[in-house]
Amino acid sequence: MLASQRLLGRVVLFALVVAVTLVAMLARGAAKFGEAKTSAVDTKVAEGLAAWQQVYSVLTSPRCINCHTATNYPQQGDDRHRHFANIIRGAEGKGVPALNCVSCHQESNADSTGVPGGSNWHLAPLSMRWQDMNDQPLSSAAVCRAVTDRSRNENMDGRALLKHHEQAALVLWAWSPGRRPDGTMRTLPPLTHAEFVEATRRWVEAGTPCPKPR
Amino acid sequence: MATYQLNVNGQSKEVSVDPSTPLLWVLREELKMTGTKYGCGISACGACTVHVAGIATRSCVVPVSMIGDRPIVTIEGVGQDPVGQVVQNAWIEKDVVQCGYCQSGQIMSAVALLKATSKPTETNIEESMGGNLCRCATYVRIREAIKSASQQLT
Repeated sequence: MLASQRLLGRVVLFALVVAVTLVAMLARGAAKFGEAKTSAVDTKVAEGLAAWQQVYSVLTSPRCINCHTATNYPQQGDDRHRHFANIIRGAEGKGVPALNCVSCHQESNADSTGVPGGSNWHLAPLSMRWQDMNDQPLSSAAVCRAVTDRSRNENMDGRALLKHHEQAALVLWAWSPGRRPDGTMRTLPPLTHAEFVEATRRWVEAGTPCPKPR
Repeated sequence: MATYQLNVNGQSKEVSVDPSTPLLWVLREELKMTGTKYGCGISACGACTVHVAGIATRSCVVPVSMIGDRPIVTIEGVGQDPVGQVVQNAWIEKDVVQCGYCQSGQIMSAVALLKATSKPTETNIEESMGGNLCRCATYVRIREAIKSASQQLT
């Protein structure tokens, strides 16, 4: 009786050890799997954020941000000074009667007079302002939020944003901005258009992640 | 050199000029329509304002090659338009002009404003006329004339 009780105790103890070991092994495996999954997500987001920083460097270059003001006037030049001649934003971002954007800006660049031009020249809406009221560029996080907020960006999802960056006439103008009145070429954004589109694609494929506000 | 058919004040005009020639110089030098004035040459003063397809346009910076078939109205033709006629009469009534050099541009801008907004507010006038400079500072009388024309149009 005593021997059989001892045997039973040993069996129970052995079974317990095996069970605990199995549970421990399963738990460790699951944790490793979770870590791997989390790591993949983190990498994708990190890559997306890096791509966004490239996109942001273009959006805040003078050729883009000069018409994404928070004020009632556009800017001009690489120093982003206020547009001369008392130009006013107007209700639709196209100037005011008698002083419309198209009073000077035609459908293409006028290199002989130094006036840039493109299809439907106008200011970006205030919902797409990328500057503060002191004409300073907003943070990367703030611009990213504006660009991805469909209530502010004319309801564009990631795919539409990519198409906008690929094809919109005034976006394309930034890479062929023509000559200044002094005959020199206007400076270009920091990336080529192809690089800009590729960065946008990587950002969109990562789910359009935005940096956290500081 | 290239040849362009321009519609100026309802008349077809043919000119042969360099495509980069600003519309202002086509009007003044080729067509001898000197009512439109050269002021700054960089679209900063408004003296060269004409209407292109109804839009007040700074003719000193727009190459003639970009006009296409859009109709042009200059100070010589704006009086044929009912609003233009009212504005010109208001200018006379209020004795706006001093030296007069900028006034053709002022009138063209005022007509564009009143065609878009027949009852402009002070802010509308300030914003729309803010790009037309007058070294004689006739601004007060310009405002009075625009308001007078507005009353006649409404």
